[in-house]
Amino acid sequence: MSETKPLPVVDYLKIPDNGDPYLEGYRCKKCGATYLGERNVCSKCFARDEMEIIKLSETGILHSYAIVFRSFPGIDVPYISAIVDLDGGGTIKGNLINIDPDPDKIEFNMPVKITYGDALGRKDKEGNSYLSYFFEPA
Amino acid sequence: MSDVYVMGVDMIKFGRFPDRSVPNIGAEAALMALDDAGLGIQDMQALYCGNLGQANAMVGQRILQEIGQTGMPVVNVANACATGATAFREAWMSIKAGMYDVVLAVGVEQMGKGLLGGAGGGDGIPKEGLLGSGTMPCVFAEAGMEHAKEHGTTFEQFAKISVKNHHHSTMNPKAMYQIETPLDEVMNAEMISYPNTKLMCSVNVDGSAAAVLVSEKKAKELGMGRAVKVRASAMASDPYTDRDLVMPDVNACTRLAAKDAYEQAGIGPEDVNLVELHDCFATAEMLHYENLGLCKDGEAGRMIDEGHVELGGKVPVNVSGGLLSKGHPLGATGIANIYEVCTHLRGEAGARQVEGAKIGMTHVIGLGTACGIHILEKLTKS
Repeated sequence: MSETKPLPVVDYLKIPDNGDPYLEGYRCKKCGATYLGERNVCSKCFARDEMEIIKLSETGILHSYAIVFRSFPGIDVPYISAIVDLDGGGTIKGNLINIDPDPDKIEFNMPVKITYGDALGRKDKEGNSYLSYFFEPA
Repeated sequence: MSDVYVMGVDMIKFGRFPDRSVPNIGAEAALMALDDAGLGIQDMQALYCGNLGQANAMVGQRILQEIGQTGMPVVNVANACATGATAFREAWMSIKAGMYDVVLAVGVEQMGKGLLGGAGGGDGIPKEGLLGSGTMPCVFAEAGMEHAKEHGTTFEQFAKISVKNHHHSTMNPKAMYQIETPLDEVMNAEMISYPNTKLMCSVNVDGSAAAVLVSEKKAKELGMGRAVKVRASAMASDPYTDRDLVMPDVNACTRLAAKDAYEQAGIGPEDVNLVELHDCFATAEMLHYENLGLCKDGEAGRMIDEGHVELGGKVPVNVSGGLLSKGHPLGATGIANIYEVCTHLRGEAGARQVEGAKIGMTHVIGLGTACGIHILEKLTKS
C-alpha cells in the first residue's frame, strides 16, 4: 500500500506527482505584478488576460515580522509571523522557523529560504494530512 | 452644495453591557445626540446606522423601533473599523447632495472579549500559527516593525504612545478606563505580539455614538451657537502596493484620504489643533503621525519622544484616551472620535480641553482596507 499523499495547505502550493513541491504565482506580463493564487485581472495595471503562471523563488529576504505570544487556544506560541519578499518578485507570509523568537536574533533583510513540511500535525475532518511551507534562515 | 454642520453629537460612556441589545445601546446615543441638537426623532429625515457585528440584522430600523418609527429611510452600513465614519459620511453626503436638511448618524457595537482576526479559515485546516498570524495585534505589529526597519523605531517609543493615551483617558469620564500606565508597566505587560504588549492593544468594549447633521440653511434656522462645520469628509480604499495582499497596507490609503481631506478643507496639517486617530494598537498610532502629515517621514518617533502629540503639545493626538484606553467598539469608533473633536472645538472638554482648538481631525482605518477622515471646524461668532 502506498502512503497517502498530503494535501496542499493553500491552493498555490503545488505538489507534483514527480518532483518537489513549489509555490505557484501569477505574474502580469504587462507590469510584472506578482500574485499568489490564480487570477485573470491585474489589480495594479488593470490588464485583463495577461497573466502567466510562474514558479516562485524559494529564497528571499525578511521584510517584516512579529513575534506572536498570544494566539487562539490550542496554537503553540511563541512563533514568528514573517513577511518575506521573494527573490524575483512576490511577497509571502508564513512562520519563520529554526531561529529563536527573539528580536535581538532576528534581522531585517536577512536571507531566508522556503522549506516544506507537515502542517504541524493538523488534519482536516476527514483525517487528511497537509503539507505546508515555512521560512528558515538561509 | 450646502455646507454641512454637526448640530448635535454625543457618545455613551464605553463599557461592557452584556445584558443589553445592540439596538438598545445605539438608541441611547441617538437620544443623547438628538437632545444635544435640541431636536426630536420626528425632525430627522433619514438615519444612517453603522454596525459590524450584526451587519445583516437591520440595526438602524431596530433602533427606531426603540425611539420612534417615523417611516424615514434607513441605511445600514458596515465597513470594518471605518463603519462609524462611513455612516457619518453617508449622512454628510445626503445633505451635500441636497436630499435632506436634517439627518441622524449612529454607530454602535457590542464586542466579545479576546483576539480579533485570524488567518485563513475556509476549507482544509486552520492556518493561524501555521502561515504566520492573522490576529490583529500581530498584523499591526508587522506594520509597526516595517516602520522600525525603515526608521529605527524602538519598542520603547511604541510603548510611550500607550502611556500617553492612558494618561489622557484619566481626564475623560466617558473612557472605559481612567488609569495611569507608567512606561515600565506598559513594557512589562503580557506580550501579545511583539512589539505590542497587552496595554498596547485597544480595549474591546461596547459603545455607541451619534450625530445630528444639518444643512447650512437648517443650522442658521436652529442657531449656529454650538454648530461645528464639517470642512472635509474623505474616504479611500487601499491602492495597489506590492505587499498589500499579504500585509494589509494602512499607510497608503490613509495618505490618499488625508490628501483629499486637506484639499477639501483648503488647509494643511499645520492648521490642525487636535487629532483623534486610529490607535487600534500603539504600533498603528506611530505610523499615522507621518501618514497624516503631522510630521515628516521618519520623524514619528521624535513626535512621541518630544511630547508634541500629548495634551499641551504642538498637535495633541488622542486626548480622549484613544482606542487604547477609551475603548474600541468597532462601529461606534468613527463617530465617537467626531464627538471628541467637536467637544474640544466647543470648548466643553473639561480637564483635557485642548485650549483654543479651532480645527480638529478624525481618522479611522478598517482593515481590508477603508480609511475615513473628517476635518471639523468651529466657526467663531461674528
